[in-house]
Amino acid sequence: MNTTTLPNARPITAEWRDFLALTKPRVMTLVVYTALCGLLVAPAPIHPVLAFTAILCVALGAGAAAALNMWYESDIDAKMKRTANRPIPAGRMDRQSALHFGVGLSFLSVILMGMATNWFAAVVLAVSILFYVLVYTVWLKRRTPQNIVIGGAAGAFPPLIGWAAVTGDVTLLPVLLFTLIFLWTPPHFWALSLFVRSDYAAAGVPMLPVVSGPRVTRQQIALYTLPMAAAAVAPWPLGLAGPIYGIAAAGLSLVFLLLSLQVLASKATEPAAMKAEKRLFAFSVVYLFAIFGMLVVDRWMLA
Amino acid sequence: MIEPNDDEVRRRQRSRAIVTALLLVAFVVLVYAVTIAKMTINQ
Repeated sequence: MNTTTLPNARPITAEWRDFLALTKPRVMTLVVYTALCGLLVAPAPIHPVLAFTAILCVALGAGAAAALNMWYESDIDAKMKRTANRPIPAGRMDRQSALHFGVGLSFLSVILMGMATNWFAAVVLAVSILFYVLVYTVWLKRRTPQNIVIGGAAGAFPPLIGWAAVTGDVTLLPVLLFTLIFLWTPPHFWALSLFVRSDYAAAGVPMLPVVSGPRVTRQQIALYTLPMAAAAVAPWPLGLAGPIYGIAAAGLSLVFLLLSLQVLASKATEPAAMKAEKRLFAFSVVYLFAIFGMLVVDRWMLA
Repeated sequence: MIEPNDDEVRRRQRSRAIVTALLLVAFVVLVYAVTIAKMTINQ
């Protein structure tokens, strides 16, 4: 818990921009995008207003989880360069405001989702918020280098929620999309944590490079890429997606695999020299955007 | 926490109040639109 004395003992009234910053808008982009793709590939029509509301609820839920994460982690954030300017550690907002904002937004997103679409989607949204806040932030992050592996499930929920908002159920395809993001998260974050290792070490967060060193981390990145690629391509042979998606997924996964092998071969120890790691991290974001985009294109072309 | 003479605090409060009001209006419009959409589906 937060025991650090914050730089500003009497934080001034937070601005609305500080509340917006609590929701981590940049992270939300990928969440909204994958939820939208899950919604678009679902095999049923949905009214555009309800589709918009469902995606808005996913965004609000993600924002709520991010706000609660920043509320709980303000002590860690204060110790890391990357996060020191967030509203709470920078002294622009008191912790209680962040807590109230996060809890309020959580309830709003779940109730609105239930009323606009269906209560199954609302329950999955609630589970994803609780998983991110309680399982990842409170339980795992400070205790185990597996924090990213299990916590990655929280970020894997959006396509499932998008699908459930349309159909009211979950079938094999959304589960495969969940699995893809779940297996994509470790290589994505470990590539990042390799070149911001000193930051995590300073904050005492047991990220894999801090605990086991860069060599083991590079091996784990390469290892996780294999099942991730299998999950990405699987919808094609299983008949859940067509060749447009299958070929794109295979090609993109091959590039991902080659970049992860470059990371495995890398011996760099200084962040400035970690070109392969930075390249993999940058590509991993493009990869997920492209895979989900191709799935939607494939579905709509076949339709 | 509030310092009455602090113009900066007042400015922040004012901007927060305006954004909150706009969001509330947007929420009302959204709930109205969702209601109409659900009625359209059920017909």
